[in-house]
Amino acid sequence: MMTGAEIIVKSLEEEGVDVVFGYPGGAVIPLYDKLYDSSLQHVLVRHEQAAAHAADGYARATGRTGVVIATSGPGATNLVTGIATAAMDSIPMVVFTGQVALPAIGRDSFQEADITGITLPIVKHSYLVRDVNKLAATVRAAFYLAGTGRRGPVLIDLPKDIQTAEAEFFYPREIHFPGYRVPGEPNAALAYRVTKAIGLARRPVIYAGGGVISSGAAEQLTELAEKTQIPVTTTLMGKGAIPENRPLSLGMLGMHGTYYANYAVSQCDLLIAIGARFDDRVTGRLDTFAPQAKVIHIDIDLAEIGKNVRTDCFLHGDVKAVLRELLKHIELPQTEEWLDQIASWKEEHPLAYRQEGERIKPQYIVEQICDLTGGEAIVTTEVGQNQMWAAQYYQVTKPRRFISSGGLGTMGFGLPAAVGAQMGCPDQLVINISGDGSFQMNLQELATIVQCRLPVKIIILNNGYLGMVRQWQELFHNKRYSQTELIPVPDFVKLAEAYGIEGRRVRSREDVRPVLKQAIEHAGPVLIDFEVAKDENVYPMVPPGGSLTKMMGG
Amino acid sequence: MRHILAALVQNQPGVLTRVSGLFSRRGYNIESLAVGRTHEPGVSRITILVDGDGLVLEQVVKQLDKLVDVIDVRDITAEEHVDRELVLIKVEAAPEIRGEIMQIVDIFRARIVDIGQDSLIIECTGDHGKIRAIENSLKPFGILELVRTGKIAMVRGPKYGEVQNSGGK
Ligand SMILES: Cc1ncc(C[n+]2csc(CCOP(=O)(O)OP(=O)(O)O)c2C)c(N)n1
Ligand SMILES: [Mg+2]
Repeated sequence: MMTGAEIIVKSLEEEGVDVVFGYPGGAVIPLYDKLYDSSLQHVLVRHEQAAAHAADGYARATGRTGVVIATSGPGATNLVTGIATAAMDSIPMVVFTGQVALPAIGRDSFQEADITGITLPIVKHSYLVRDVNKLAATVRAAFYLAGTGRRGPVLIDLPKDIQTAEAEFFYPREIHFPGYRVPGEPNAALAYRVTKAIGLARRPVIYAGGGVISSGAAEQLTELAEKTQIPVTTTLMGKGAIPENRPLSLGMLGMHGTYYANYAVSQCDLLIAIGARFDDRVTGRLDTFAPQAKVIHIDIDLAEIGKNVRTDCFLHGDVKAVLRELLKHIELPQTEEWLDQIASWKEEHPLAYRQEGERIKPQYIVEQICDLTGGEAIVTTEVGQNQMWAAQYYQVTKPRRFISSGGLGTMGFGLPAAVGAQMGCPDQLVINISGDGSFQMNLQELATIVQCRLPVKIIILNNGYLGMVRQWQELFHNKRYSQTELIPVPDFVKLAEAYGIEGRRVRSREDVRPVLKQAIEHAGPVLIDFEVAKDENVYPMVPPGGSLTKMMGG
Repeated sequence: MRHILAALVQNQPGVLTRVSGLFSRRGYNIESLAVGRTHEPGVSRITILVDGDGLVLEQVVKQLDKLVDVIDVRDITAEEHVDRELVLIKVEAAPEIRGEIMQIVDIFRARIVDIGQDSLIIECTGDHGKIRAIENSLKPFGILELVRTGKIAMVRGPKYGEVQNSGGK
């Protein structure tokens, strides 16, 4: 016989979990007692939200399922933002929350929160375990659901008495759900028709999203693009689907996409959407989105058919399986003229910023990071202008190296995500590109970084503002800067030092590259506070609800 | 337009909340919802009546289909189906007018299921139109209480789950 807590630890081992992210409390003490003897690594965060983001960052960087543990009540409710962030970006995660003992449920007991109820709309599925005999199978089910199909977070609520109750341990391999099917082989006949359509196109564009990354299909996507000579634009989530330094890469599309990506999509005759969901930040005004194009949509989720945009053909399946099928009979379109057109757009309207004034331009910093790392480092971002500059100027060359909260846009994501990414990829360089506002949302994780000896590099693009909101106020609200100036901004260097992290401040352009270089070469964590131009805006910009070709600052 | 959805679900705690949550989030008001066990162990069937734009509803149905506990769901509005509701109506019924009420009950092939001092409880099943008609006919006597089940519906012909191709999830 084993206790529930032992069953959980054993189940995690059966799943091959090597690290969990968590924070203890009354309702999970029995579980933590068993973790004490186990070989599982546990990362002690300093706030439960960070545990969820760290597990998320781990999952994004490695492709494996992230695991979170928190106590009942406030521990569980602190996870909500992290779970929602993972859900919006389809990230595999299994979350264990403690719960008051079964007889105490429903009585407003101390630290009781109905976390399965609270998280209902933001999980792929959830369980409240009422029978210790079903615990192991529940854990298996949770990992299976989280890591298959359209991935997502699954929550298991664990009453305290379940953790101490005893049962025989049996870990099932196969789990059957009558209401859950993982897509099988793609429809070959339909795929064949798609290859024909591709062959006939003259101005095709591939629009790749996070589904390409999560299905591990970057290689197949790049092969398809190179064989057919079809240019590729990606979403924020799709960055890394094709090396961004290749000529066929158009960079990101949408609100802060490149001029040439947005023009290519607006003038293409065939749009091949792969593992993407036509988010409003991507499409702009729907009735002017890709107006001349036949739309082929490849996705694992049937509910995406025609959700936002009408499609001419929907190919259902795992992106990698579909791309393999397409590659079998691929027909080659004539795209020379189209590529010439795109090349001239690239030449006439490159991504650019003006280096004027005393202050460092944030774009320059990201450019230097890209140059120094060859786009191979794992970059995690916060949210706001820093995120968009990172997306625009960090030309990532591999999948799973650009980690950003896309769907929810969660400030405070990047630092804990860097913790998770570094735990999952100890040999990779991990850089958190941050903003002064976002950094202050989860800066307590500096302690986690020190405790776990993680050599994360933290780059703060410090503009003294909630810059992205300030940009909208400047452009659309008559420069009425309501509550966006962050005064006082604390002394980040001293703050870093207080945690035992090396801190640097950079005020002049000449110092940017050398200090970055030193930081990258430094064996431990470093925080660099870059004082950047306060009023710099992210361009190009498609005003919200506008057409992709109506860009400001293209 | 009013739609009838039929869903087969696994009878798990919370399944009803998961299902109804998808409607409330989109601003749909569920007009009626009936749920109960089927002949298969562990499987329940839900019939949902909602009013709303067809395209948005199609999205909701797809999202419902994605729920792990939902085995299958379909919009059967356009299919040939039988649907029924059941009402219990308590009417004021002094002894001298009971005969008149009983005639109405007969016409609707309803039943009297309880006789009180000054009231009767009438049970009636039927489609929406019939229920409305008996309600209207009994109104003049004075309805004291009325309770109705949600609509339940079944497609004519082959067994649910065998005719359609839900295409996997
Ligand atoms: C948790 C959270 N709260 C609020 C917002 C709204 N928001 C989006 S960007 C932004 C400003 C971010 O400021 P900062 O981190 O300094 O980045 P900057 O835009 O200045 O680069 C805000 C407040 C958000 N995305 N997330
Ligand atoms: Mg800022």
